[in-house]
Amino acid sequence: MDEVIELATDVLVAGGGGAGMFAAIAAARNGAKAILIDKNVVGRGGASIMAQMTCAAALGETEPDDPQLHLADTLAAGRGLCNEGLAALLCEGAPKRIRELETWKVNWARADNGRINQVLAPGHSRKRCVYVDFLSTGAAICAALRNKVSRNPDIRRLSNVSLTDVVTRDGEAIGAVGFDVGSAAPVVIKASAVVLAMGGMTKMFKRTTSPNNLAGEGVGIALRAGARLVDLEFLQFYPNGHLAPRMVGLDPTTWEPTRVKLGGRLLNGKGEEFLDRYGEAQGEGYSTTRDALTYAIYKEVESGRGSPHGGVYLSFQHIPESALQAALGPVIEIFKRNNIDLTRQPVEVFPIAHYQMGGVEVDTEMASCVPGLYAAGELAGGANGANRLSGNALPEALVFGERAGERAARSAALRKVPDWDMKAAGAQLELIRAVRGQNAGHGPSPGALMSEVKELMWQKVGPFRTAQALSEAQDRLCSMRERELPAAAVSGERTHNASLVEWFELRNGLVAAQALALSALNRRESRGAHQRDDFPATNVQYEKSQRLSLANGRLVSSFEGLPP
Amino acid sequence: MSASTGSGSSLRSARLKIWRGTSRENGRYEEFDVAFEDGDSVLDGLVRIRMRQQPDLAIRFSCFNANVCKECTMLIDGEVQYACIAKLHPGLIQLDPVPNLPVLRDLVTDSLSHKERF
Repeated sequence: MDEVIELATDVLVAGGGGAGMFAAIAAARNGAKAILIDKNVVGRGGASIMAQMTCAAALGETEPDDPQLHLADTLAAGRGLCNEGLAALLCEGAPKRIRELETWKVNWARADNGRINQVLAPGHSRKRCVYVDFLSTGAAICAALRNKVSRNPDIRRLSNVSLTDVVTRDGEAIGAVGFDVGSAAPVVIKASAVVLAMGGMTKMFKRTTSPNNLAGEGVGIALRAGARLVDLEFLQFYPNGHLAPRMVGLDPTTWEPTRVKLGGRLLNGKGEEFLDRYGEAQGEGYSTTRDALTYAIYKEVESGRGSPHGGVYLSFQHIPESALQAALGPVIEIFKRNNIDLTRQPVEVFPIAHYQMGGVEVDTEMASCVPGLYAAGELAGGANGANRLSGNALPEALVFGERAGERAARSAALRKVPDWDMKAAGAQLELIRAVRGQNAGHGPSPGALMSEVKELMWQKVGPFRTAQALSEAQDRLCSMRERELPAAAVSGERTHNASLVEWFELRNGLVAAQALALSALNRRESRGAHQRDDFPATNVQYEKSQRLSLANGRLVSSFEGLPP
Repeated sequence: MSASTGSGSSLRSARLKIWRGTSRENGRYEEFDVAFEDGDSVLDGLVRIRMRQQPDLAIRFSCFNANVCKECTMLIDGEVQYACIAKLHPGLIQLDPVPNLPVLRDLVTDSLSHKERF
């Protein structure tokens, strides 16, 4: 029998991206001892580090601005479904966090006059987005947070720990269970408060900007612990995701900041401008929000006017080489290594799964309905409603992470969870032991199942949905969760057993995928990132949030104000 | 996760010679043929091998190809490189775990700071 690694702390933070690192820092500066875990590497896994450009905050450095204006833009983009309290927290808290990061040596790009340079991003009414050149915003933020975290004696970092369950007693969170990826040893962490900052579920789509660790596990873990989800059907597809030619060494989101900065032209397969055919999505001002742009590109390709790889062209050929060189700096070299010469050829782009707007339902303390359980960052649902503004993800990670860590520390001081008997985690620990070596050599590998889920989600739960496709997806996901996952082959190896990691990704990720498909099926209208081909209009009756919970293994949905 | 599946790109084949084992002494090389399109990375090839042929092959990565997580560092034809950026080419490519770190399994080494481990 494997020896169990047993730890105890005031605040356990799961997820080592921007939100998780900030939560650990905030917990520690509010008097708590914190443990910060990540399935990959603390400070390098997660989505924050991959953010290239924009971080929105009403600093008023480049032009007069106010958090209330930022809020108005955020609510407008959210198509009526933002949780206004959370959106206000995001917009009001962002300037303070940006200034704080500056004192932690994040070098925000500055204009010639020495002031922080704020640029316009689509959907914002002011020049509001700060950045670090060149395309290094997320990496710079994560480097600063990593530095703060690693020097803090009250924070213990643990990388390569996969969280599998939050442990509850009488409906309250008292800690968590997982395993050490390096040795497969089960891990129990007793905690007076738990913050989940594990990101969204975009890895479950074939075309994704996600790192390898965002399999929706936080969604599944929170549901199993008794938390509710809100508006999970809204998943943002980044309009100009790189499609072809194959490009490595740069995130596939590279083109949107480049397009906005330089005025790139979106053209269909015949070389024609097409955005003017889709109402809101005008070609000139670069003010089109992401949902409208995704719609225009999808429909143009569907009409048979796509590029050779099934996307549209993005062309910079009208821009002089010197201007490209000045704007893109060292990034030009990366394009060259990928045989991309923007003066001679367009690239092909197509929407790509990018960000989960919905997630765990929290109040403005970042508390879920389970006492002691908090969620922050992309995993916390509601601030962005049906569509997130460009630039709102990083401030959300920072502001919500800080708030969650602070409140979790206060709560931990009040509700000190007593040392509990390991039997409380018995079933979860037994599962970890049982899965390693199950059906070894007989049956599909978890990796192969994961590939199938990604294809299925891409084909049937993408930005354009129908009842039929969503029902097919549900049936398939249900069968995978109930029959194929239990029959999957997991080798018995202890050391760095990738199949074991993937099995548990699927255990929670398949619940998350089912929750997304069910939410999308129930919302019989089109709004923001959720577009139903069989219900193409926005319906005012659905201007309300949908909540999901798990009861005896079954997902239960209810719309605000409607009987379940 | 290669995006290029349409017309205009030709499929070629590389042979990856990969160190398999739980230390530098205890193990062997195994060879895998992997089809690729122009521009595909070594990591693309390794992911395909895991999905289709050898699910127990141990590799480590997070950001996939954004060049930020640094987890996929390995020895590619004798040079320390990121597998997510190194390109596949026809013929033999030898992959070893990075030198000077204990091997955990296959291409995964113990690269974490001691403070981040149990």
